[in-house]
Amino acid sequence: MILTLAFRNLFHDRIRLAVTLVGILFSIVLVAIQLGMYLGSSRMITSMIERSNSDLWITAFGAKSFEEGGILLSTRERHQALATPGVKAVIPLVVAFAEWRKPEGGSTRVVLVGTDAEDGALEPWSLVSGTWQDIKSPDAISADDTYFRELGINGIGDTAQIAMGRVKVKALTHRIRSFTQSPYVFTTLSRARSLLGAESDKATFYLVQLEPGADAEAVRLELLNRLEGAEVLTKNEFEDRSLRQWLFRTGAGLALIGGALLGILVGTVIVAQTLYSSTKDHLNEFATLRALGSSSGYIYKVILAQAGLSAVIGYILGILISLGILYISRNTPLPLVMTPGLAGALFGLTLFMSAVSAISAIIKVTRIDPATVFNR
Amino acid sequence: MTQPVLEAENVVKELGKGAGKVIALKGVNLSLVKGELTLLMGPSGSGKTTLLSILGCILTPTSGDVRVEGESTAGKSPEQLAELRRKHIGFIFQSYNLFPTLSALENVRIALDVIGRKGYQAAQRAEEVLRDVGLGNRLRNYPSNLSGGEQQRVAVARAIAASPSVVLADEPTAALDSENGHAVMALLSRIAKEQNRSVLAVTHDPRTLGYADRVVRIEDGLIVGEERRPQGLDAPEIADLTKRRKVNG
Ligand SMILES: Nc1ncnc2c1ncn2[C@@H]1O[C@H](COP(=O)(O)OP(=O)(O)OP(=O)(O)O)[C@@H](O)[C@H]1O
Ligand SMILES: [Mg+2]
Repeated sequence: MILTLAFRNLFHDRIRLAVTLVGILFSIVLVAIQLGMYLGSSRMITSMIERSNSDLWITAFGAKSFEEGGILLSTRERHQALATPGVKAVIPLVVAFAEWRKPEGGSTRVVLVGTDAEDGALEPWSLVSGTWQDIKSPDAISADDTYFRELGINGIGDTAQIAMGRVKVKALTHRIRSFTQSPYVFTTLSRARSLLGAESDKATFYLVQLEPGADAEAVRLELLNRLEGAEVLTKNEFEDRSLRQWLFRTGAGLALIGGALLGILVGTVIVAQTLYSSTKDHLNEFATLRALGSSSGYIYKVILAQAGLSAVIGYILGILISLGILYISRNTPLPLVMTPGLAGALFGLTLFMSAVSAISAIIKVTRIDPATVFNR
Repeated sequence: MTQPVLEAENVVKELGKGAGKVIALKGVNLSLVKGELTLLMGPSGSGKTTLLSILGCILTPTSGDVRVEGESTAGKSPEQLAELRRKHIGFIFQSYNLFPTLSALENVRIALDVIGRKGYQAAQRAEEVLRDVGLGNRLRNYPSNLSGGEQQRVAVARAIAASPSVVLADEPTAALDSENGHAVMALLSRIAKEQNRSVLAVTHDPRTLGYADRVVRIEDGLIVGEERRPQGLDAPEIADLTKRRKVNG
């Protein structure tokens, strides 16, 4: 009967129900977008590191992120690393921002990633056209098909210039989005060096693969000992550092989290307000219940059930709308991400929000005097 | 002499604060026994509703004591008083106080739900009492689709569903026309006698006198008189109602 009464109270005033649902929905969509952007950003920022097949990353001292590592490491460090017990392979990677001159004029910035796929540490994933063999052919690079407009190209075969030299689009990746909005362009290690004018023994990162059974932490400490002026980070550490650089030094992350908090706040206030006014409208009925001998717990349950029902309905609508927005955003500069974890967290959040909203209504109801039942 | 189910002893009740303070009851003694319909009559403002609220454990006396089935209410918390109400007392109000969003059946069921009686058996019981008050064919109606008399009979069903030993009614017929007023009074009288409950009804209405076993008069916060109706006299309306019940259900 608690659910029945809660349900009837809720649907009794359709307009108020609509306001409640819009409040919850608004909140969920806002939080989903903000957190979805946050997750989306995080994924973009860490995708290269995440996709790499490596246990440790050697970076120049102070490297802030994947994109900003400099081209400072040399073969000396590579040999020192290779000589460290437990190390199986040390694979060089060259990464740098570079100027891209569009075929029709004008220029933009790209992130040039020089890697030798054969080394087995990092390769362009999700190739939708062309192969790694194509990228190895003279002047070849891969570009991402979601960045054609920025790059001023139309597809395979187009030519452009990166920094010092001419390049030809020979392969296409699909939806490798970049948080910095500078598209990722893959090419071979040696071509990346020559395009960027770097010496042929230089690298941005060394990706370390360990012997089976080697203790990662011990190897890390030993590498730190041997390498001067370099840092040795685990994958997670380097991901965190990149995230901190792009999301927090730039303030973007704070804006997203702030937006999410605002969404929660606004939603809670709207729901609290409607729940309170609904409770006020039904105060006589609650007083009657009290006169009939109901415990106050029974009455709180009715109010909480009202809050919970609104939460469930609002959540379902909110998630549907969020998924719609997610779908629309998939090819934009900032594709939103929804994970089962985020969906679950949003549901928990909705329930929490509704429970908090119920507080004012419950306080109101605690003050009812059952004696009012006789004076109507 | 039967044991009283509800007793008020030297009940004093002050209402309001400061300049607005009123002594609504000035030392009331009253005891109610099972099987009787008692009418509480008196002029407006004499303290009838206040006394009913105190007897029903909704208000607590400023001084004096109320005993329900011999159990003193002194010093009980609001939650404990609520428990006494749900165990022993049924209420009927002048303006019915039905839940507008619940059907007749659900209105009775919620009173059972409150005392922890749920599920199919509770639904059965609710239907049974509604049939008993002649509303067997109005189970699914919402209060807005019931006449005043029917609404008050739903309220009566709700009050007796949990089989309380005491039923307290504040001006149960005031909002009803003559015919419906008689029907409800007949019903209350029958509840007192057939179901052996103690029923106390506050009323202004002289038409209700014929149903009373006992009439208590209150004036200015004090009981000023009491009459007993001779035993064995039946109001004709009781027979009337029984006939109607047969037609309805
Ligand atoms: N909450 C209150 N605060 C102050 N005074 C009150 C309050 N409630 C009732 N009173 C006063 O207490 C007295 C008794 O009121 P009560 O409602 O018991 O009278 P009553 O006999 O039921 O009257 P009526 O026949 O008009 O319903 C009245 O003088 C009333 O004005
Ligand atoms: Mg009154």
